[in-house]
Amino acid sequence: MASALAVKDLAKRYGSVAALDGVDLALGEGELVGLLGPNGAGKSTLVKIACGLVRPTGGTAEICGAPAGSREARRALGYLAELFRFPGWCSADEVLTLHQRLTGSDGGARERGELLELVGLADARRRKVDAMSKGMQQRLGVAQSLVGSPRVLLLDEPTSALDPVGRRIVRRLLEELRERGVSVLLNSHLLSEVELVCDRVVILLAGKVVAAGRPEELARPRGIELETAAGTRLVEGTREDVPRLLAELAAAGEPVYGVRVLRSTLEDVYLDAVGEADS
Amino acid sequence: MRAVPVIAAYALRENLRRRVFLVVAVLTLGFLGLYAFGAYKLFDAADTMNTPAGISADDVIGSTLCGLAMFATLFLGTVLSVFLTLGAIRGDAERGLLQPLVVRPVGRAAFLLARFLGGASVGAVYAVTVYAAALGLTALAGGWWPDRIAAPALELAAGVATLTALSLLGSVFLSATANGIAVFMLFGGGLVAGVLGQIGKALDSHTLRTIARITSWAVPYEALYQDALHRITLDTTGLTEWVLQLGPFGGAELGGSWLPLWAAAYLAAVLALAVWGFARRDL
Repeated sequence: MASALAVKDLAKRYGSVAALDGVDLALGEGELVGLLGPNGAGKSTLVKIACGLVRPTGGTAEICGAPAGSREARRALGYLAELFRFPGWCSADEVLTLHQRLTGSDGGARERGELLELVGLADARRRKVDAMSKGMQQRLGVAQSLVGSPRVLLLDEPTSALDPVGRRIVRRLLEELRERGVSVLLNSHLLSEVELVCDRVVILLAGKVVAAGRPEELARPRGIELETAAGTRLVEGTREDVPRLLAELAAAGEPVYGVRVLRSTLEDVYLDAVGEADS
Repeated sequence: MRAVPVIAAYALRENLRRRVFLVVAVLTLGFLGLYAFGAYKLFDAADTMNTPAGISADDVIGSTLCGLAMFATLFLGTVLSVFLTLGAIRGDAERGLLQPLVVRPVGRAAFLLARFLGGASVGAVYAVTVYAAALGLTALAGGWWPDRIAAPALELAAGVATLTALSLLGSVFLSATANGIAVFMLFGGGLVAGVLGQIGKALDSHTLRTIARITSWAVPYEALYQDALHRITLDTTGLTEWVLQLGPFGGAELGGSWLPLWAAAYLAAVLALAVWGFARRDL
């Protein structure tokens, strides 16, 4: 079966600037992949190529086996742009109706109601976009991207304007989508959020993939924190070393009150990968 | 192409919501009010006019007023449809309005065609309505009707549609401000062609008339407008025809049977170029 998104040796140049330089990336069915990187790393360019807004200079991008930008590819995807706007005179319901017509969705009022409910806008169905806060508009954007039940979802900074409650709504939504088998490429600066929901992360720097893998694979051991009568101390080692350490301490008659295996967070991994270059 | 009526209806609705439409509507009512007042006063004074023997003062007044109304109609229709489309692609892309729509399985050609239909239909309906209102007011004031009614209306509408297509083409490549300036300079170029032709006719200069004719065909909304002017006094002959050709009504020029074909081909070429440019544009 074709990958939900398959990017091979993708390149994009804007004049003398290489926004993407030989990027390979695959998104499996029902997989949630986080795309990370500093500003200008090429994340949005990659997402825009995948949904046909930008033409690549080299390489290929396919959505469910169809060339990115083709009608078949666009039929399979939902997209939320980083910077988007809906006409201020439209109500939430009208925005979704327009997108239902364009995707050919026959979900009708039931689908619109469900989507607005999913993003916590059930009470704002008739509210004009102009009368919505930035966060509400972003949630409407997420609902719009889900019109027509897309198999692949490309989200470019979907939570940048959301408060903690809004972010939690989107996070739960992403988890629900994964359970339904929807593939999601999430471009975000919020590392903690990506770490919480993503199956894999891909870190871009200057148009190249500099790190990729499951968050726990990318994380490195940072030692073991031991709390004893003598105080808290950090010793080198991994999870596998814990039984041995505890046995040694017990043999030495030193009571142990707490043990914590420390691993680097995604933020540490990210900073290791891009920190020096970014700074 | 299933999405064309959906986007055209969306564009139409958006157009109707814009304040420019309200402003143009108010100004048009003002224009028609003044036009009615002027027409009434002129026809009322027709008996006191000193016209050459054999020339009907009503014909001179009616055709002159009607010609001026046609120019105003073309200009206002152009202003309306150009302002509704000058930021349709690049402007909307910069504001983030375009991206959510074009990632849908619509096709950029269908999207562009729909935007054209949305803009051109507003401008064309407006032009035909104001033209019809001006004719009605002229008839009410002096009982004068042009020799042809429908064809000039269609030519004005086609002229507005051509300028709308040019505005849409410009919107693919230029910012809204630059595009607006470019389209109105093109419109001005057409006017210059008309004036050149008028001067050429007065001086009997074949060269000037040829330049004017080539220019007006290069921007066929001008050729359509000149042909529309010609048609409102199509059956007028002799001295009256000569007087009307050289009066403020000047610029009337027979387009010939090739003009509709050329205008249609020109419109298609402009739209095709816009589609080609839009298909290659990164958003």
